[in-house]
Amino acid sequence: MSTNRRDFLKMAGLAGAGGSATYLLSEPAQASEAVQPPPDAMGVLVDIPKCIGCRSCEYACQEAAGFEPPPIKTFEDKSVFEQARRPEPRSHTVINRYSNPKDAADPIYNKFNCMHCIDPACMSACLVSAFSKRKDGPVVYDKNRCMGCRYCMVACPFEIPSYDYDMPLTPQVRKCNLCAHLVPDQQEVPACVKICPEEVMTYGKRSELLELAHEKIRKQPDVYVDHVYGEHEGGGTSWLYISPVPFDQVGFKYFDHKAPPRLTETIQHAEFKYFVPPLMLYGLLGAAMWIARPDKDSSAEH
Amino acid sequence: MSEHHEPLPVERKLLTPGVYLLLLLTFIGVCFAAWRFTFGLSSVTNLDQQHPWGLWIAFDVATGVALAAGGFTAGALAHIFHREHYHAIVRPALLTAMLGYTFVGIGLMADLGRYYNIWHPAMPWMWSPNSALFEVGMCVMCYLTVLYLEFGPIVCERYLKFDKRFSFLTKISERIYPVLNKIMPLLIIAGVVLSCAHQSSLGNLMVIVPAKTHPLWWTPIMTILFLLSAVAVGFPMVIFEGIFAAWSLKLKPEMHILSKLAKFIPVLLGLYLGFKIGDMVVRGTYAYLGDGSVQSTMWIIEVFFGVILPFAALLSARVRNSPRLLFLACLMIVLGVALNRINVFLVAFQPLYPVKSYFPAIGEIAVTIGLVSLLMFIYRVIVTYFPVITHPGRARAA
Repeated sequence: MSTNRRDFLKMAGLAGAGGSATYLLSEPAQASEAVQPPPDAMGVLVDIPKCIGCRSCEYACQEAAGFEPPPIKTFEDKSVFEQARRPEPRSHTVINRYSNPKDAADPIYNKFNCMHCIDPACMSACLVSAFSKRKDGPVVYDKNRCMGCRYCMVACPFEIPSYDYDMPLTPQVRKCNLCAHLVPDQQEVPACVKICPEEVMTYGKRSELLELAHEKIRKQPDVYVDHVYGEHEGGGTSWLYISPVPFDQVGFKYFDHKAPPRLTETIQHAEFKYFVPPLMLYGLLGAAMWIARPDKDSSAEH
Repeated sequence: MSEHHEPLPVERKLLTPGVYLLLLLTFIGVCFAAWRFTFGLSSVTNLDQQHPWGLWIAFDVATGVALAAGGFTAGALAHIFHREHYHAIVRPALLTAMLGYTFVGIGLMADLGRYYNIWHPAMPWMWSPNSALFEVGMCVMCYLTVLYLEFGPIVCERYLKFDKRFSFLTKISERIYPVLNKIMPLLIIAGVVLSCAHQSSLGNLMVIVPAKTHPLWWTPIMTILFLLSAVAVGFPMVIFEGIFAAWSLKLKPEMHILSKLAKFIPVLLGLYLGFKIGDMVVRGTYAYLGDGSVQSTMWIIEVFFGVILPFAALLSARVRNSPRLLFLACLMIVLGVALNRINVFLVAFQPLYPVKSYFPAIGEIAVTIGLVSLLMFIYRVIVTYFPVITHPGRARAA
């Protein structure tokens, strides 16, 4: 078979040149196929213009995550909006305020938490499989496997996971788990969705939420920009957002459509395809060692 | 048999003022490390939610791995390509690699939040072959084992040839020595393969975050650049150490070997430089060079002083034959590759939502200096008692 021979030559060329290098150059890295969302994956649609910035979701989240939040009254403090905040070990979701270009008196609020990617970078990066993507949507973390290397935090394109730097013995990576520990069978909704007085969020099947989002945009083109954030960003996410202004004005900074793991996994797997490249290198070096061996007579002269 | 010098224990006084200094620096580092293990990472480091990796990953781990590359490059040259001329450099290079990787592990322990789980990647039910870090972890674990086995014969030789006070050690050595020597070719090749694999995978680590890595360094061929730079820094590291160790042990540097070895460097360094510049041209990232940012300045320092200048210098025979100039040129390459790793993991890393910028805390620097000092101290102890260094003029009567 000619393909076999071609494969063989390719492998041989690779190993001879000393590793992965030539392999990747001779065959331009094609990203492996995009990961499709599981059919029953759940998600949340955030209708940004509905949010009034009451922060009761922050309260509910802290409670659901097992921390004892301060009284809900304290969350009415608007001074926190002076600075954009990020999710932290004790608050896995935060609301930030942005100025409204259409009406300065009516600011826009946006909610940040784990996006629950379809093809999560944290999960691909983790060297001990501490992250897993459940069929029903959530990306969940297993503290018992974790080594605490924090590569997940480096890898996340939305910069979501946070870390217990102050804990000497049992620090954890902290992030929203879509209340996976509370709603295993989707009979219940995540705590933030449940508490929201303005019904900003809709919990449901991702596929149906996408339809709903596009329908809302179609019906009210004067309210929404024609973009569902999370439909394609980072390979698609379980959390989807619709907004009255472009998304870079409400705190989003990642707009690449490709899921980050596609490129790294392609490179990684090319280097180790069926262990053939390393074994070929081993064989070739062995052959070189044999061929270059000094013959007995000449070595005796030394 | 007469012209071949054999490696010998140095057998000089161990506790010199320099060694006391190393022990003092180690002690300071240990104090900060103890603080970190008692009160958590935040008590000693400047890491924050936006900067999960700091000096300990960029230097102790990434730079440590790169600078230990002398072990496999020297091994390949002397044993696989049978350039017998270079046998004298193999043992010091091997020792550096063995200690280097051991300290990568120790340094990593300080950085890991759950350091007691460091064995997890080896457990099949936690394997995660999609992760570049998994590949690095597995290869480093295997390679460390290979390095200890490769070093075995040197330990045996002490008890076979130089120190027969412990009859049981001599007896064990008699058993192990021939076995280790028999499997040595297999180990040496395994060392080269494992090194190529994880040196390149280390370059794949940041490929997953184009969003946070400055385009001057981010490229899909980071794997290739990491491998080529590791290969290029191998011999300079061997030469730098060889001359440094000779000077501090008051021996003559083995210039007849080192100058010859230096001839390979422009070839290997040139290959790395070619790929680095080629990648820059293809991706058009030279556009960032003129913007006066910290990143562009650091890139220029890294490539000009760490690659181009020593590359040009080593083309000259005068530089290669002068211990002082050769030492300087090799030191520049070593610092250049070290700076590359620091640039990739710290300088190029730009969080999307930074609260403050990261600069290593005193404690982080102290731990790193402590680790390097301890490594140098153990190196000194081992060459004092075990036959690692070959020195002309002190050949044992055959």
